[in-house]
Amino acid sequence: MTQVVEEPGTAEELLRPRDTPARRIHEVLHRLPALSPLIVLILACIVFGLANPRFFRLENLSIVLQQAAVVGSLAVGQTLIILTAGIDLSIGAVMVLSTLVMAKLVNDNSAPGIIALLAGIIIAVVAGTINGLLVTQVKLPPFIVTLGTLSIFTAITLIYAAGQTISLTSSSLITWTGQTIGGGGFNITVGVLLMLLLYAGFAYVLRQTAWGRHLYATGDDPEAARLAGINTNRVLLSAYMVAGAVVGIAAWIQVGRINGADPNAGLNLNLESITAVVIGGTSLFGGRGVIVGSLIGALIVQVFENGLALAGVDPNYQVLAVGVLVIVAVAADQWIRSVKS
Amino acid sequence: MTTATPASTPSTPATGQPVLEARGLVKTFGHVVGLAGVDLTLYAGEVLAVIGDNGAGKSTLIKCLSGAMTPDAGTITVDGNQVTFRSTQEARLAGIETVYQTLAVAPALDIASNLFLAREERRPGILGSVFRMLDTGDMKRKSKQFIDELGIRTLQNIDQSVETLSGGQRQVVAVARAGAFGGKVVILDEPTAALGVRETGQVLRLVRDLRARGLGIILISHNMPNVFEVADRIHIQRLGRGIGVISPETHTPAEAVAIMTGAVTLEDVESGADPELAGRPEGSPPPTQR
Repeated sequence: MTQVVEEPGTAEELLRPRDTPARRIHEVLHRLPALSPLIVLILACIVFGLANPRFFRLENLSIVLQQAAVVGSLAVGQTLIILTAGIDLSIGAVMVLSTLVMAKLVNDNSAPGIIALLAGIIIAVVAGTINGLLVTQVKLPPFIVTLGTLSIFTAITLIYAAGQTISLTSSSLITWTGQTIGGGGFNITVGVLLMLLLYAGFAYVLRQTAWGRHLYATGDDPEAARLAGINTNRVLLSAYMVAGAVVGIAAWIQVGRINGADPNAGLNLNLESITAVVIGGTSLFGGRGVIVGSLIGALIVQVFENGLALAGVDPNYQVLAVGVLVIVAVAADQWIRSVKS
Repeated sequence: MTTATPASTPSTPATGQPVLEARGLVKTFGHVVGLAGVDLTLYAGEVLAVIGDNGAGKSTLIKCLSGAMTPDAGTITVDGNQVTFRSTQEARLAGIETVYQTLAVAPALDIASNLFLAREERRPGILGSVFRMLDTGDMKRKSKQFIDELGIRTLQNIDQSVETLSGGQRQVVAVARAGAFGGKVVILDEPTAALGVRETGQVLRLVRDLRARGLGIILISHNMPNVFEVADRIHIQRLGRGIGVISPETHTPAEAVAIMTGAVTLEDVESGADPELAGRPEGSPPPTQR
């Protein structure tokens, strides 16, 4: 009986990393962090389109976009924070506070729209600055800081609102974001455009400016960034302040969407914005990810909710599906982040 | 000012005005004396090694020179001008760069971005001034040129992210970064402590190349073979004092360790080895080598 013995390779050959398909996929995903969420988005659209052809109707697609506008714009701010290896649990609460400031100033004080808008954005920037100062000066972990400010801002909002929901009757600059544009069934709002502009703007800032690079470097390895000469505290504080301004714009989109302000409307937005960022391939450990991934992440969540609803699936399963997506996305990130040199 | 000729061994240390000079540096921490009046002189185009046992004041000396600490007394001059550093950034602006034992590079950024980290160049015109746009192409071109000039063969693709590099290659990036773009003095704090033999060789080769470009280099190391391989002069710290400067040409590693640990004094060694060197006051240009 003869046995075929495979010729053993040289030691060098055995030790050299093999160019397996898995390795090549890993390399591509490592280089393009938004690729895997994009594939998920496309596959989800195809599956839901097959399940119910109404999914691809222009009316439906524009609804998906409109529903993604608020979470999507909040996710821009959340991405900035998560890129610094931080997290902002208070982002939705700040947004609701900002919407109330805008709507109340117009409704109760008959303030001009521009004043109300600026006041709302300033409140959001102040809230972001408080978070940023607690993180950089008091040196508390961002999770703890924003867990605390989540309660604080929520309480301030409820006290300020005094149980009232504000419905705006006349149109003003602060409700302009709810105006629809387009035609032939495809109607997007000014708010959707504003969200897309935010993504375009921050894609540029993060890729093409020194501030963007320093943000990545600070999130990636703060000690190395500091030794390289980056003022990491200033980068961190500015990230929280800029994220605050973005939250103010998200509040503007929200006021236009619901034509007023509801103190109880944003309770899930804190976590939904994190969900969008994480599904979009940005690493919770900081320094890795691209902002357009968060847009894709926000769209994936909306497409799942919309598509499952159209397919007649119990709404509870929609929540379940999003949960599974988050865990799969973070598990994928763990794998993608590991480097074999 | 003269610069050393490239890669000729033994290299001739430059003379003339020192590029970096410290006089009478004192630093105390409560009752603990970190530095008790240390003098140090560094010329352009030389590698000055700083050796000493633990607690000899090496780290404190380096921190004072790199701006991480401000000395209680004493003066530091760069190219003859007296300076006071309140931060490492100020020292960097004066042309003094420091490379630490920990690999101070941003892993996710590529090699070119790391070389230009915290000193990015913007596009000319309105794109740069108003839109703050980085001149990525130009920074890549300059990085490539610099790496080619230094003959760093181990870094081929400057678009490669640093995390895909080995520890030695990363340290090469960190050292190259310190030597690039207008620096005068590079301080290397145990740059090879975490590296293997071959990787150490890569870093030491780069140190010689930077010396050949006319930079003054201070090398802190525990590794005597490394020190004797690249240093032109060796500054010995002991108990917060600079107790002498020796040349690797005239002293053996064993003698250096003996002086450093206090087993013998510099005079003991030199009365037998090199009477000429013994009479030289610390800090003056070293004698020409035979």
